[in-house]
Amino acid sequence: MSSLSRDEVARLAGLARIDLTETEIDRLAGELDVIVESVARVSEIATPDVPATSHPLPLTNVFRDDVPAEPLPVDDALAAAPAAEGGRFAVPQILEED
Amino acid sequence: MSTQVTRLVDYDDAVRRFDPVIGIEVHVELGTRTKMFDAAPTEFGAEPNTQVTPVSLGLPGTLPVLNRTAVEHAIRIGLALNCEIAETCRFARKNYFYPDVPKNFQTSQYDEPIAHDGWVDVELEDGTTVRVEIERAHMEEDAGKNTHVGGATGRIHGAEYSLVDYNRAGIPLVEIVTRPITGAGERAPEVARAYVQTLRDLFRALGVSEARMERGNVRADVNVSLRPSPEAPLGTRTETKNVNSFRSVERAVRYEISRQAAVLDAGDRVVQETRHWHEDTGITTSGRVKSDAEDYRYFPEPDLLPVAPSRAWVEEIRATLPELPAVRRRRLQAEWGFADAEMRDVVNAGAVELIEATVAAGAAPAAARKWWMGELARTAKTDGVELAAMPVTPAQVAELQGLVDAGRINDKLARQVLAGVLAGEGSPEQVLVARGLEVVSDDGALLTAIDEALAAQPDVVAKVKAGNLGPVGAIIGAVMKATRGQADAGRVRELVVERIEQS
Repeated sequence: MSSLSRDEVARLAGLARIDLTETEIDRLAGELDVIVESVARVSEIATPDVPATSHPLPLTNVFRDDVPAEPLPVDDALAAAPAAEGGRFAVPQILEED
Repeated sequence: MSTQVTRLVDYDDAVRRFDPVIGIEVHVELGTRTKMFDAAPTEFGAEPNTQVTPVSLGLPGTLPVLNRTAVEHAIRIGLALNCEIAETCRFARKNYFYPDVPKNFQTSQYDEPIAHDGWVDVELEDGTTVRVEIERAHMEEDAGKNTHVGGATGRIHGAEYSLVDYNRAGIPLVEIVTRPITGAGERAPEVARAYVQTLRDLFRALGVSEARMERGNVRADVNVSLRPSPEAPLGTRTETKNVNSFRSVERAVRYEISRQAAVLDAGDRVVQETRHWHEDTGITTSGRVKSDAEDYRYFPEPDLLPVAPSRAWVEEIRATLPELPAVRRRRLQAEWGFADAEMRDVVNAGAVELIEATVAAGAAPAAARKWWMGELARTAKTDGVELAAMPVTPAQVAELQGLVDAGRINDKLARQVLAGVLAGEGSPEQVLVARGLEVVSDDGALLTAIDEALAAQPDVVAKVKAGNLGPVGAIIGAVMKATRGQADAGRVRELVVERIEQS
C-alpha cells in the first residue's frame, strides 16, 4: 500500500477549505496513513465479485409525493444569516464565476 | 477578462481545414410542484427566499427525501431518448464551495445515472436528419441565484458583495449528455442548435417541463474541439457554459470553431477550460482552467437510498408516453397532405400547433396553411413577433375561412376582415358586420350597379353584341368599384352578359 503523502494531505485540505499549519500537515499525514492502510485491508478480503457497499440498509425507492408543504417564513429563513438585504442572504465578494 | 484581442479564422476557412467535434450538455428544470429532495414549492418568480425549507437551505440535521414525480419524469425523458433505464442507481455528492450551493455540495448522480446509452434523431431545417447519441441522463438539483452588487455592470468583476436567493436551490434537474457528435463538419453549429431545439420540443411534449428558454428552464453547455481530419484523435475541447437560447447555441459553436482554428494556426495549443458566453457581443471568454478545483471529491450520498426502478414501473411509464414530436409531425403531414417542403416551412415557422388547432376548428388543412403561412406570417414578420403571439386564435382563422367557404366574403375581403380581427375589433363575424364587408350577393343591387355602368359606357353593348367580349371586363371593374369590392366577380360577369344579351 502506498502511503499518503504530505502533498496529498495539503491538497485535500485545500479542497475541503481546511486551513492546516505545517505541523498539522505532518501529524495528519502520519495519522491518516494508518487509517488508509487499515481500511485498505478490507480489499484484501473482499473478492472482485463483492460490490462495494454504499448503503448498508436493504431499502430502495423511498419516495415522497409531489405535494408542496408550507415554506419557511422569509424572516425565519434569514434568521441565521450573518447579513441580509432585500430578503436575500448577503455574502462576501465572490472572486470567481462558477 | 483579458483585454487582448482574440484572433479568429474566417469560419468557412476554419471548417475547410479542421474537423469540428461537438458535445452538448443540456440541463432541464422539471416542472414538478416541489423540489427534488424536499416539499418546498417551486413557483417561478416568487419573492426571494420564500420558497425554501430547512432542507433547501442545507441546515444542519436536515435530511433529503426524493420526489417520486421527478424520478418518473427522469425515466420518461430517458425512454423518449431511447435510453436504457438503470436497474439500480444512486446519488452522489459533488463537493464544491460556492454561495449558491448551501450544503457545500450538489446532490447529483455520478457513476450511476438513471438513464444511459440512447439516441435521438434531429432534423435540420432543410430536412436532413442527424442521429445524436446520448451518453447519459442523470438527476440532480439546481443551485440558488446570485446577484452581484456594487459592480458597474452587475457582473462579478468589480462587485463588492453578492446576494443569494435560494428559491431555485433544489429544483429538480435532469442533465442530458451527448457522446461526441462527429461528422457534422461545417453544419456543426446548426446541428447543435437543432439538437437543443429537439430536446425542448420533447420536454414539452412529454409534459416534464414548460421548457421556457427565457426563464432558464433549459440551459446548454457546449463543448467544441477541432482536429485536422476525421481520422485524427479528438482534439482538446473547451466547454462554453450557460448558453441559453437556440440562436446563442449556434453562435457559440461557430465562434469557438473560428477561435480554436486561429489558436491552432498560430501553432499554439487549445487550453482545456470552461468559457463564458457573452450574449451581447457574441463571443466567449476564458473562464476557469480545469485544475484542482475540478476535483469534486464525489462520493455516494449516504442520506438517500438507491433508486431501483422495477421493469414493471418502467413499462407503466413507457405506456403513458405521448406521441413524440417527430412521429406526430409525420402523422400530421400525411393527414394534411402537405408536401415535404410545405411541412418543413410550417415546422420552421412554428405553425404546426396553430394549423392543427385551426383544422380542429373546422378549416381545411390547405386553407389553414394558406392563412398562417401567408397573410399572418407576413404580418408577424413585419411586426417582429412570433406567429403564435399574433392576436388571432386558430378558431378565428377557421371562422374566417368559413365565411369565405360560405361565399359571404371573397379572399380580398377576408384579408380586410383579418386586419380587423388583428386590430382587436372582435371576431371575424363581428368585423364583417361592423365594417360592412359582406359580399353583395343580392342580384337586385348588382343589376342596379351594372345598369349604371352600362349607361356610362354605351359603346360596350354594341361591341359585345358584335362578338367582342373584351369590354365586359371594364364593366365588371366598374361594378366592383361601385360595390367597393364586395361583389362576387363571377356572378357579376354572368349578370353583365345576361343583361347585354337581353338588351
